[in-house]
Parts: sequence; structure tokens; C-alpha cells
Amino acid sequence: MALKNERDFAFKSLLLGVLLTLGLMGVSQQSKAEYADVVINNYADAAGMRPAVFPHWFHRIRFRCKVCHADLGFKFKAGGNKITMAKIIDGQFCGACHNGEVAWSVENCAMCHSGIPGTPTHFHGSTLQRLVAPAYKPLDAKKASKK
Amino acid sequence: MNHKNKMMMLLSSAALAIFAVLQAGQVVAAGAAGADKPLMLAEVSAANIFNRNLKKQKNPNAPPWEDGIHDTTNEATFNLQPPLEAYKGLPKTSFGNHVDWVKALDQGLIKPRWDRLDSNEEPFVMDLDIVRPVKASVPDVVFPHRQHTEWLFCSNCHPAIFIPQKGANQINMSAILLGKKCGVCHGKVSFPIETKTCKKCHSKPKPADWKPPLSEATLKNPWK
Repeated sequence: MALKNERDFAFKSLLLGVLLTLGLMGVSQQSKAEYADVVINNYADAAGMRPAVFPHWFHRIRFRCKVCHADLGFKFKAGGNKITMAKIIDGQFCGACHNGEVAWSVENCAMCHSGIPGTPTHFHGSTLQRLVAPAYKPLDAKKASKK
Repeated sequence: MNHKNKMMMLLSSAALAIFAVLQAGQVVAAGAAGADKPLMLAEVSAANIFNRNLKKQKNPNAPPWEDGIHDTTNEATFNLQPPLEAYKGLPKTSFGNHVDWVKALDQGLIKPRWDRLDSNEEPFVMDLDIVRPVKASVPDVVFPHRQHTEWLFCSNCHPAIFIPQKGANQINMSAILLGKKCGVCHGKVSFPIETKTCKKCHSKPKPADWKPPLSEATLKNPWK
């Protein structure tokens, strides 16, 4: 019995080690999400929800920019639209299509709210972001990985 | 004076030089080995990591569960479509989404709606090229309205971003990189600003007799 416990412990610590190494490698690597994916985290984190991730590429195949940015009034600014679930349910912003008629409805929470918690609002892969710094990566995490 | 002596001197000096180099190398090596810690670089804040080379993406078009911004503890992440699945058959580029969206639209490979509900509504396309002379030696800019009006409506850009009047818009690359003017979309959603994409805008070669304009400081140089 004791032997089995010991073996279990060894296995568990090995697993933990492997996971930790992978995790640290992951931290030091650049994230490689699709160009123009937008993470929107105006209110999500504070409400205990994962941030929403908006894939431009997916929508661009189906709609021209004009539909959202002229007709629906989305501003050309990540996080600049102050979108809330109340507005979406009222048929504004995402809710203009995500109403169960044009596209799937809002009960599929986790389809949009699928971002890693704590990720700030940003445009993924924008030239400025790539030039200046990966602003979505907190410096503290980087420091922690070095220790 | 004899040739032999000269040769000897040359040889000995060469030997000395080699010895000195070896010594220096040893010192450096000893220094590196002797130090417990590797050379400490100054800690910089994220804002200071500017002007590094844009790294080539190792795994472009990664599926959502491998892309680093989607939470893998969220089951729905695995229900999202991987981009590559949707990009099958679309013309490729080497930047951004690695898809040439304009070409895909022109060739009818994608048929994005112009209206939220009506899939038959056609865009209001305006075919007008605007040539913007550039002061520097890079080719002049040609702005094609056609490609832009295929996707966008006039009010998306005019008059908030671009005043629809000749000479009314001051544009420079710094402003674009900081997200103003063309940079409202380019560098974020539409094609990125990379060395590979310069020529997409800077596409009109300078006239054969073009010479770079002399700077004021040169023209008024008192020490000329």
C-alpha cells in the first residue's frame, strides 16, 4: 500500500514537472492567435466571466465590413463600443445577428466568452502591438517564469 | 639591411599578436566561466521593447485551442472552427491572416453579404484611384477606392478619418502605425504594415527624372 502511494506521488510530481515546464515554455512564447482577433474585456473579468474573443476572419467571410461598422454602429476601436449583454439582448451590436435568426443566439455564452481570464482588451497581432510589446502579456508573469 | 632580419621581426610580431589575441580570449572565457550568473541585462518594461524585428509567426492560423488567447479549460473553445478549415481554396499571402481577402472577394470565392439580412444586395462600388505623392524616395501611394468600397461604406471613412478634399489630409507612416488614418484598419484588421506590404500602397514608381528634394538645412547652409 505504502509502495503504491509512493509510486503515485512520484508519478504525480513527474506529471506536475512536465506540465510546469510546458506552461513556462508557453508563457515565454508569443501567442499566435489569428490576425485581427479581438479580445474584449471591458466588463467580463469584473463580472466573473471569461473575456469575449471576436474573430474578424470568421465574420469577414460572411459579411462585409460595412454591415457591422456602418449599419450596426461598431466603432473602429477594440473595446470602444461598451458592449454589454443587456445591449446584445436588446438587439444592439452582436445582438443584431446573434438572436437565433441570423446567427446562433446568446445562450451559447462560452462560444464568445472563450478567452483566457485576465487577458486585456486588445487587437491580436496588430502591427503596433508586435512592434512595441505584447501588451496582453503581463510583465509579472514573465518575471515569475524566470524565477 | 638583410632580408632575413626583416622577416624574423615580422614573424615575431605576428606571433606576439596571436599570443595577445589568445590571451584576451582566455580572459574573456575565464570571465564568462568565473561568473556564477550570466551577464545580467537591464530589466526593461514592456514599453521599451521597441524596434525589435518582427518575428515570423511559427504557427500561423493555429486552431483556437492552440492560439494562446482562447481558454482551453472552456469546452466551447473546441467547438470553434479552426481558421485553416475556412481558408481552404482561398488565395494565400505571407502576412496577416495569410489570406488575400481582396482577391478572394474579386474571384467570388467568398460572398460576404453587403446587407445584414439581404444576400442579394450589391455594394456601391466607386472606381477612383487617388495618387498621393510622397516626399521621400519610396514610390508614390495609389489609393484604390474600388477595393475599399467593395467592403466599406463611404461614411466609414469620410469625413471622420479622411476629409474628402484634395490636400486636406496629412498622412505619415508614424500616424498610420499609431492607428490613425489608414492605420485605423491597416495593421489591425486589413493587411498589416510589414516590409512585405509596403508596395501594396507605395505602388507608383517615381518619374524617371525624380530627384530627392534638398532639405532646407542644405539649401540655407551658411558654410556652403
